[in-house]
Amino acid sequence: MHYTFKIERGNFTDAGQASSSVKRTLKQLGVDPVNIKRTVVALFEAEINAVAHAYGGTIDVDIDGEKIVMVVADEGPGIPNIDLAMQEGWSTASPQVREMGYGAGMGLPNIKKNTDDLKIDTKIGVGTTVTMTVYLT
Amino acid sequence: MKIREIAQLVDGVLVGAPVDEFYEVEKAFASDLMSDVLRFNMDQTVLITGLCNNQTMRTCEMADIRVILMGRDKQPDQDMIDLAVENDIVIIKSRYSIFKLSGILYGAGIQPLY
Repeated sequence: MHYTFKIERGNFTDAGQASSSVKRTLKQLGVDPVNIKRTVVALFEAEINAVAHAYGGTIDVDIDGEKIVMVVADEGPGIPNIDLAMQEGWSTASPQVREMGYGAGMGLPNIKKNTDDLKIDTKIGVGTTVTMTVYLT
Repeated sequence: MKIREIAQLVDGVLVGAPVDEFYEVEKAFASDLMSDVLRFNMDQTVLITGLCNNQTMRTCEMADIRVILMGRDKQPDQDMIDLAVENDIVIIKSRYSIFKLSGILYGAGIQPLY
């Protein structure tokens, strides 16, 4: 099964709708609750990151019997230093993002913790693609 | 502790999803930082917060949080209440500060998350 969602820059009113939709689908498919939670927490963090930092993008989710692969691809400033971004507490979030309850510098560390495989491709001034895999078996 | 007992202790008003009379709250976590909320296992946990926006509801949805204790007299709007109903989340509104709410719940035997 394949699902695609759009990401709008700075739209915190609708941010989380894609993750919410994926959660409903995984529940309907009878996926184990632990794997549902890991998947949606990782996807939600990536979705929020893209809304907060990028100019727009897409989310692609593929689900089969063995795994869930989520690709969050954005057009944006890119990540200058991935090692720093992976450190808990490091953040470049704007005051507006912090007012929404984010910007604690836990996004990427949370994604890493909740996925079995994480790949980040980033190019300064072009954008970032985060590929996350959760294995179901 | 039952949801209605918590509401009574904090002089709270219940909004959002219908109260599950059998749901037991065992632990509490107080935070306005939603990324911190997403770090932990929130089973049987009430979130005490003063952050009142759609992202509070989305975070609770992802973290499987069923009860929010909203302090500082914050008033959730209709969008938030709709999201709460959709995701089976009860919101207890209270005029008390986060510190006071935390103290009341701790004194009544609710355990810290860690």
